[in-house]
Amino acid sequence: MTQAAISPKELSVQAATRLRPIERTIEFGLLLAAIFSVFITAGIVYVLFSEAVPFFRHPDVSVWKFLTDTEWTPLFSVKHFGIMPLVVGTLWTTVIALLVAMPVGTIIAIWLSEFANAKVREIIKPVLELLSAVPTVVYGYFAITVVAPAMQPVYTWLAEAINSVLATVAPGASPIATELPLFNMLSAGIVMGIMIVPYVSSLSEDAMRSVPMLLREGSYGMGANRLTTAVRVVFPAALSGIAASYILAISRAVGETMIVAIAAGQQPNLTANPAEGGATITAYIVQVSMGDLPHGSLEYQTIFAAGITLFFMTLAFNLMGAWLRKRYRQAY
Amino acid sequence: MPDTQIDTRPLKAEVKNFSFFYGSFQAVKNVSAPFREKAVTAIIGPSGCGKTTLLRCFNRMHDLYPGNRYAGEMILHSRSPDGSVRPLNIVHPSTSPIEMRMRISMVFQKPNPFPKSIFENVAYGLRLRGVGSRSELSGRVETALRGAALWDEVKDRLPQNAYGLSGGQQQRLCIARALAVEPEMVLFDEPTSALDPIATSKIEELIDDLRERVTILIVTHNMQQAARVSDYTAFMYLGELVEYDRTAKVFQNPGKPLTEQYISGRFG
Repeated sequence: MTQAAISPKELSVQAATRLRPIERTIEFGLLLAAIFSVFITAGIVYVLFSEAVPFFRHPDVSVWKFLTDTEWTPLFSVKHFGIMPLVVGTLWTTVIALLVAMPVGTIIAIWLSEFANAKVREIIKPVLELLSAVPTVVYGYFAITVVAPAMQPVYTWLAEAINSVLATVAPGASPIATELPLFNMLSAGIVMGIMIVPYVSSLSEDAMRSVPMLLREGSYGMGANRLTTAVRVVFPAALSGIAASYILAISRAVGETMIVAIAAGQQPNLTANPAEGGATITAYIVQVSMGDLPHGSLEYQTIFAAGITLFFMTLAFNLMGAWLRKRYRQAY
Repeated sequence: MPDTQIDTRPLKAEVKNFSFFYGSFQAVKNVSAPFREKAVTAIIGPSGCGKTTLLRCFNRMHDLYPGNRYAGEMILHSRSPDGSVRPLNIVHPSTSPIEMRMRISMVFQKPNPFPKSIFENVAYGLRLRGVGSRSELSGRVETALRGAALWDEVKDRLPQNAYGLSGGQQQRLCIARALAVEPEMVLFDEPTSALDPIATSKIEELIDDLRERVTILIVTHNMQQAARVSDYTAFMYLGELVEYDRTAKVFQNPGKPLTEQYISGRFG
């Protein structure tokens, strides 16, 4: 059957809808760029696993012992491969950092978004963001030269108070140290918290400022003042963005290396007292990778076992963040 | 609906030689008008005529933004619990905007429920006024939701988020929120402009029911709506009050040619 004649009008429509070669090229280029980042991620995961699997296959190691052993001494003559001391070190410094960054960052965000006038905000915000531009090495030294010495009297006072309570409640218990070591997880965590304050404040402020004015007017219209409107209406409306900023702060704190490597001491320490020294997963990795361990040795592979633990921790936080964002997304 | 006695009702509010400025731009020009108690007064006029601006003066909404200025008097004849009436100049610098917002509620152009449960949305104003007891809150929330003709639809899901409601339900929730605090006046700023016809007619019925309980001021783009729900109509044009009269009079026998032209759809 012969094709019916195509009218000129239809022809021009066909020409316009057909993807021209140049557009195909652009589309392909964009696809490559998108795939590239996926490949990088996949490559990193592959390297992590390919080095970690032989580690767990080694006769001296088992996944069970990895998770339950209370000591991490792969470089000593008596080797223990329990990751928990490093995980606990990571969790302590992260928790302390968040205890500093979340309240301070949120309060700053509320103030910037709901109270500060435009001029002040334009000055304060970039200055705050400078905090995260300071090299982390500098923060590490700030922790041991300023924060740890400054914490000393506070800690001594606190520890003595705890000990006196302990003596009356549980007379048999051994008292905790009243001296704060120079390298401790507490000061490393506090300084790390200061570093991530702008992550929380900046993102939370963006989230709160994108809450429509109509919602604020609704609250003011009921007779609410600024603080009530900020805390009871704007904050919950922006919760999804604020939660995202917290998750970012957690990921940043879990992955932070330099501050904890410098200021927390590098002895893996399974402890309930954050005022002691400790090592985090990242600090261990940097410590070992700077030594001269032979490639392929068991000690070398511990880096990847630690790395994979870190990978799963951050993955868990990111999934939690995605869930939180979905859970609290508001359709104004 | 028409009530011949309505002209003898006491005044709830009045504006006298009232002007409003956005910076140097005068959006409301020397307007004077009475607003009778428990009557519905509609403000109509083309876009940009200053009707919403005038409405937002009543609860001092303009104070939220810098550079705005009021001139002249806007009086609320405020009734105390003992029954005595006290005139209060809404826009006087010494009058607290928060006090005015406590006395005069507002319903906005688009439904704006808070990101809270249905219950907490209605309880919001009550909590601000210090009502804390759970039983009193529940009672007053229920009364307000019944008053806004929403109770039957939401009574089984009070703890659920208000964003789960439809647009029309959300707007009735906002009306319930405004009514819960037993305001002296309720301001409606084009309350149905974001709603479909069915939701619109529900809101209009609601306004008709409310007229017995509270003084209502409604800004609307929809002239049929003004004709249906209001007792009085004010027609504004370019910031000036062109005509103010009984709604029936304004629509059937307008006093000014401009009003007649607007109502018959020749501009606007």
